[in-house]
Amino acid sequence: MNSAVISALANDPVNNTDQKSIIDSIINENRTRPGATMVILNEVQSQIGFISESMQSYIAQTLRVPVSTIHGVVSFYSFFTTQPRGKHTIKFCMGTACYVGGTPQLIEKAKQALGIDMGQTTPDGKITLEVCRCVGACSQAPVIVVDDETLGRVKPSKFPQVVRQCQE
Amino acid sequence: MKYFRSHILVCKDPDCIHKGAHEVMDALQDELVAEGLINEIQVLETSRIGNCWNGPEMMVYPEGIHYTNLTVDDIPYLVEEHFLKGRIATRFVEPEKSVKDEELGAPKSKEIRVVLRNCGKIDPENIEDYIAEDGYAALGKALTEMSPTQVIETVLASGLRGRGGAGFPAARKWSFVAAKQGSDKFLICNADEGDPGAFMNRRVLESDPHAVLEGMIIAAYAAGIKQGYIYCRAEYPIAVKTLNIAINQARAMGLLGKDILGSGFDFDLEVRMGAGAFVCGEETALMASIEGKRGEPRPRPPFPADSGLWGKPSNVNNVETYANVPQIILKGADWYASMGNEKSKGTKTFAIAGDVNNTGLIEVPFGISLREIVFDVCGGIKDGKQFKAIQTGGPMGGCLPASQLDLPMDYESMTAAGSMMGSGGLIVMDEDTCMVDIARFFMEFTQDESCGKCTPCRVGTRRILEILNRICEGKGRHGDIETLELLCKEIKSTSLCGLGQGAPTPVESTLKHFREEYEAHIFQKKCPAKVCKSLISYEIQPDICTGCTVCSRNCPVEAINGERRQAHKIDPDVCVRCGICMQVCNFNAIIVN
Repeated sequence: MNSAVISALANDPVNNTDQKSIIDSIINENRTRPGATMVILNEVQSQIGFISESMQSYIAQTLRVPVSTIHGVVSFYSFFTTQPRGKHTIKFCMGTACYVGGTPQLIEKAKQALGIDMGQTTPDGKITLEVCRCVGACSQAPVIVVDDETLGRVKPSKFPQVVRQCQE
Repeated sequence: MKYFRSHILVCKDPDCIHKGAHEVMDALQDELVAEGLINEIQVLETSRIGNCWNGPEMMVYPEGIHYTNLTVDDIPYLVEEHFLKGRIATRFVEPEKSVKDEELGAPKSKEIRVVLRNCGKIDPENIEDYIAEDGYAALGKALTEMSPTQVIETVLASGLRGRGGAGFPAARKWSFVAAKQGSDKFLICNADEGDPGAFMNRRVLESDPHAVLEGMIIAAYAAGIKQGYIYCRAEYPIAVKTLNIAINQARAMGLLGKDILGSGFDFDLEVRMGAGAFVCGEETALMASIEGKRGEPRPRPPFPADSGLWGKPSNVNNVETYANVPQIILKGADWYASMGNEKSKGTKTFAIAGDVNNTGLIEVPFGISLREIVFDVCGGIKDGKQFKAIQTGGPMGGCLPASQLDLPMDYESMTAAGSMMGSGGLIVMDEDTCMVDIARFFMEFTQDESCGKCTPCRVGTRRILEILNRICEGKGRHGDIETLELLCKEIKSTSLCGLGQGAPTPVESTLKHFREEYEAHIFQKKCPAKVCKSLISYEIQPDICTGCTVCSRNCPVEAINGERRQAHKIDPDVCVRCGICMQVCNFNAIIVN
């Protein structure tokens, strides 16, 4: 194994006592529920922030199901990510109203301001840019979602301010 | 019991106490004693009445006047004005809330609110607010006065049809499940409202969750079901939170769980969250997702009523369908059936987005014309522009032109016109919208959300998207339109689920009604609406440009050059045609060619 793989493994939540105990308690709380896989993965994603390959193997082992089953579910749903995200995530709504209302322009501006593409994280690990499906705030198009907060009527000129707040 | 002509409720929330609520209340009582009014007016303590940031505050009944920002020194004046002279002391009345409910607001003309009746009026996190609005009265009536068969008959007679889009009579589905033996049956609420531009269900779940719960409990009683699931999409975290609060409150009051209202009927509910997959709005995919699997649809039959969740008989209805049920039970089938037209009864909520003056949510009776919706309810097209098309039914629906505006809004008419009812997203487009680009946008969406299980949908949508991309880039060829038509037909007839079968509709309908736009893109290499980037260019008119530099500062690719106070120029080779410069220009100096 090369050093990058070793360091990625060393930093993986399954090798971190605190994070592993979070995963364990999520599994233990939910494993007897019918259809537990989705519930567990949803919780792990929201509390740990991503579901790496070794986490998938660990969950599969504990639940006694094939890793392929877990990986199949993780790769199917867009909310599950296998890589850690930045500290803050900025999502651009690509619903129809937002698309017509100027999300494409906003995305141009964001890419230029941060020098990264959609789906990427800034080198300092602070901000991840993503597009997302309609968040249902269509009357305020165009909409962006910064972490859990929905911001409406965002103009390209307002975007740098959003970035500054994330960087603080 | 002693009678009082007036009651004063003083807020004794910690915030208000901190600001002197105790002192204000003491002063108030002293003043009432001094004026000899203490036997006519009662002073009571209460919990939070406003938001306390402008406390101390109080409420005066029966008038219902809300006084805020009070101090001890204000009390003599207030008592004299209000209780001796009978005039409202306007100085302390909180001004009308400036926060406007942009989604809903007051009912507009021609609206009838059944499902949205409580939205914005009650506190969704307080079950007592819902009960005060006749909440759970229908449940009581159903459980104590009606048999399950009577409930089914009433809802059947009301004409309530599935609001998820397909329009199947709701109570007929219940009767299928009711006919199944055994107690292992499931009731599912489809709250996976994935259509872009549709947010009716989100609003109901966030503002009136108990109406959905009550509808579900009644449906479960009718179909003899003990366990229910609400499948809510992960994009709606607030709805999930509100639902969980509502479920816990209902459980604490004995409205969920064992022996509901002492009737011997057991039913419990759980919220399950999706994880961002549009196809999970399809009922078989949704059930696979609840089971913890990849949300892939499967062929029907078997229908969920025969083999649903975990292979057991299951009933799936949409949020809005359930939210209608309590009102039908309470007010009767005839009342409900009196709204709407012959085949589509009752009301329907729509989320209006796009280029109309009033965007947001509306609820109108079925049978209303599209014209009435666009011009009467929604106040017409923004900025005095021309109506071009209305898109109904979400990404699986079609675009209807001005010539179809007099169509009545109901399930059959929409399908006959080559669109569909869908869950209720309506997007109104003005003359500046390129129909080819819109078809491309929807295709991009369905192509991306196709689960990949069946080939026509997985490969076919990709092929359509490639052709549309080419047309928008000005590289359209002879025969493209015919290929599109063929692909649409094939995908429609051979796909497994509603996603694939509906995916070609936006292309088909725009080809039908806006064929000349496709032809302009392909043969003249022109985008009539000036939207498609490869077919347009931006230009600064030198005689209007003041050289204010706002465009060059906002240009994401630094394509605009020019000295301050001198006319600027756009370098067409660098320009990505994002249109930001045109948006920010204060002098309308930038034009599109």
